[in-house]
Amino acid sequence: MIPRSILLGFSLLLAKTAMAASPIADRQTVMKSFRGATKPLAAMLKDERPFSLDDVKNSLATYAEGNAKFVTLFPVGSEKGENTEASPKIWSDAAGFKAANEKFKTEVAAAQASIKDEATFKATIPALLKNCGACHEAYRLKD
Amino acid sequence: MRRLIFFLVIAVVLTAAAFFMATHPQAYTVLRGDRALEPTRARDLENGKTLFTASGCASCHAASDDETRIKLSGGKPLVTPFGTFYPPNISPDKKDGLGEWSEAEFIRAMREGVSPKGQHYYPAFPYSSYRGMSADDVADIFAYLKSLPAVEGKAPAHDLAFPFSILQGVGIWKLLYLNNTVLTPVTKQSAEWNRGRYLVESAGHCAECHSPRNAIGAIITEKRFSGGPNPEGKGRSPNLTQDKTGLANWSEEDLVTLLKDGFTPDYDSVGGSMAEVVRNTSALKDEDRQAMAVYLKSLAPIAGEARLQK
Repeated sequence: MIPRSILLGFSLLLAKTAMAASPIADRQTVMKSFRGATKPLAAMLKDERPFSLDDVKNSLATYAEGNAKFVTLFPVGSEKGENTEASPKIWSDAAGFKAANEKFKTEVAAAQASIKDEATFKATIPALLKNCGACHEAYRLKD
Repeated sequence: MRRLIFFLVIAVVLTAAAFFMATHPQAYTVLRGDRALEPTRARDLENGKTLFTASGCASCHAASDDETRIKLSGGKPLVTPFGTFYPPNISPDKKDGLGEWSEAEFIRAMREGVSPKGQHYYPAFPYSSYRGMSADDVADIFAYLKSLPAVEGKAPAHDLAFPFSILQGVGIWKLLYLNNTVLTPVTKQSAEWNRGRYLVESAGHCAECHSPRNAIGAIITEKRFSGGPNPEGKGRSPNLTQDKTGLANWSEEDLVTLLKDGFTPDYDSVGGSMAEVVRNTSALKDEDRQAMAVYLKSLAPIAGEARLQK
C-alpha cells in the first residue's frame, strides 16, 4: 500500500512535467497575458479609460516578464502541433526572431524608465505597440 | 476507316483552333472588354497614392528589403497550391519595369489582366477585383507609380504545376469568371458606404483571401467574404460577413482599430499577410477606414467554416 501523500505528490509531479512539456501552450499563455496587458493601454490611449500610472507599470511588467521567457519557448520539435500559429521562420531565421524579441525588450525597458505621466505615456506607447504587428507579420502565421 | 480518322483529325484541329481563339487575350477584350477605358479628367497624384496604398501594390511588388516600400522591383514569391508566382517589377524602369508602358496599356493590365505584349496575367494579380476601379482612378495609380524611383531587376518566371502552367488557359478562366465591371455608386446607399464598397471590393481586394474558391481558383460567388483557406498555405482567412462566425460581434470602431493598428477587440495582434495588409490600411485616411468598416458591417451573414476570435 503506497501512502496517499506519495501518490498525490507523484501525480502532481507528472502534471507539472506534462505542463512543462508543452512549450506551445506556454508560449500561447505568454501571448494571452500580452493581450490582457495591452487592453488597458489601448483604452487609455483612446481616452476610454482614465490614465493610471500603476496600470501602465503593471502592463509593462507583464511585457518584461513574458518577454524574458518567450524566446526559450520555441525548442526544436515544437514547430508543429496543437493549434500553433508559429511561423517556420522562427526556426529558419532564429537570429531575426531573437533580434525582434531583443528590440521589444529594450523598448519595454526604455518605456519603464521614461513613462512618468500621461504625456510621456502617449508619446511612448504607440511606437512600442508597433512591435506586436511587426513581429507577427514575420513570425506568426495568418490569424 | 480512313475517312473516320480524317474527320477525327479535323475535329481535333478545329477544337484546338477554337480553344486558341476563345482563350486568346485579344478575344477577351473583343468579347467582354470595356470600351470606355479613356480617362476623363486631369491626373490626381494624391488620389493615385491613396489607391496605390489601398490596393496593396507594395505588398507584392516592393523589393523585400525595401522598408520605404517605393522600390517596386518585385517582392517575395507567392507560394500557392497552383504553384509559385513571382511578382514582377512595376517600377518605372524602362527595361525591367513599366517605364515604356502607355496609360491605356496599364489600364488594360489592371482591368483585363492583359500585358502590353498581349499576354494573359494569372489572376494571382487580382485584376478581377481591380476591374471595379474607374479608368480615371487606375490612371491616377499609374501616374503615381511613374513618380516612384526606377529600379532594375527582373523577377523569375512563375513556376506552376500543370495544367495551370498553360498561360492560355487563363483565357477560359476569364471568360467564365471575369465578368464584373466598374463599380458605380448604389444611389440608395450613403456616400460613405459606397466609398467603403469601392475600397473593400475593388482596390482592397479583400474577397481574394476571405472567400472560398472552386477547383480552378475562382471565388464561389454565393460564399463571397465568408472566409477561405489562406491562398498562401496554412490557416484560414476569417469570415467577414455579419454571421456569428464572422464579424457580427464587431463594432465599426473595432474594425477601424484593426485596420489602423492591427489589434482585434481582444487585443490580439494579427499576423502573417493580414499584418502586411494593416501596413497599407494604417496609411489610409481615417474616413477611408471608417468607410470600409461601414461597408463590412453591411455584408449579409453567410455561415463560414473559418473561426474568428473576437
